[in-house]
Amino acid sequence: MARTNRSTPEINAGSMADIAFLLLIFFLVTTTMDVDTGIARKLPVLDEEQEIEDMQGNDRNIYEVYVNNKDALLVEEEEIEIEKLRQGAKEFLNNNGRNPKLSDTPDKAIISLQNSRGTSYEMYIAVQNELTAAYNELRNEAAMIKYNLNYTELPKDKKKIIRKMYPMKISEAEPFKQ
Amino acid sequence: MSKFKKNKNSKLAPISTASLPDIVFMLLFFFMVTTVMRETEMLVENILPQATEVQKLERKSLVSYIYIGSPKGKNRKMKYGKDAKIQLNDSYSRVEDIQAFIIAERETRAEEEVPLLTTSIKADVDVKMGIVSDVKQELRKSQAYKINYSTRKENK
Repeated sequence: MARTNRSTPEINAGSMADIAFLLLIFFLVTTTMDVDTGIARKLPVLDEEQEIEDMQGNDRNIYEVYVNNKDALLVEEEEIEIEKLRQGAKEFLNNNGRNPKLSDTPDKAIISLQNSRGTSYEMYIAVQNELTAAYNELRNEAAMIKYNLNYTELPKDKKKIIRKMYPMKISEAEPFKQ
Repeated sequence: MSKFKKNKNSKLAPISTASLPDIVFMLLFFFMVTTVMRETEMLVENILPQATEVQKLERKSLVSYIYIGSPKGKNRKMKYGKDAKIQLNDSYSRVEDIQAFIIAERETRAEEEVPLLTTSIKADVDVKMGIVSDVKQELRKSQAYKINYSTRKENK
């Protein structure tokens, strides 16, 4: 009769939570949730440089941006502050032939960016950022007028139409050796 | 002492903690699945510049990373100098190694995914453009045209 009284002892699961917590904390600490973000660019094909040179004849459609080795900004042969670059680029792109010095149409406009080897990466990214911002703002404005939506909210086919209106043409020349 | 006795008499049942392990395990599995351990050790200093007009880098499996920065830590600075260096995978590399690196990266992916490969340039803020231009030139030579300048998102 003593046999029937004996029951299998229950495993104490009280410490299970502690073990799980320990593992949990480990994974919590090691997890990196950050999503990589950045400015996307497409490099030109190696022998494409010729084409850009041919277009050099039409001076008004080219917006020259030059950053020297002291991180100073020269735009259309005029020294300006980086804060003014966005506005300047927007005016150039969205000129539509009004000002004879600026571009004919946005899709003909080319931004020519040149830097020297001594330019800091920080400044270069700042300039790239401002130029991207100029395009993004123009696209947003166009999307607002046409579809009453922000550019980022548009479906793919409509985005394409807007992108065609303001194609991003940033050409980068070889850096100066300094 | 009567205060304590009162408590004993009340019939409030203790909260069952039996389901606590289950909850914790659920959280644990979530974090286990989402965790991506950093596979490369950083040999260069890498403080990314800030930008506002950033795009998310999607499909991480299709991204290869090139790190540029000055050697990290005092010992490495003594050994390799303060000049910016390129890090591919786990070692310092020369500019000429990039082409081989890109080819090796391509070989690990399926053929149809090769055109989608993006190269993320993770350069330190203090790096000069000279070395970055060299890297870009090498990428053009190896026909890796899709690049991404890695930045931190700046809050406006």
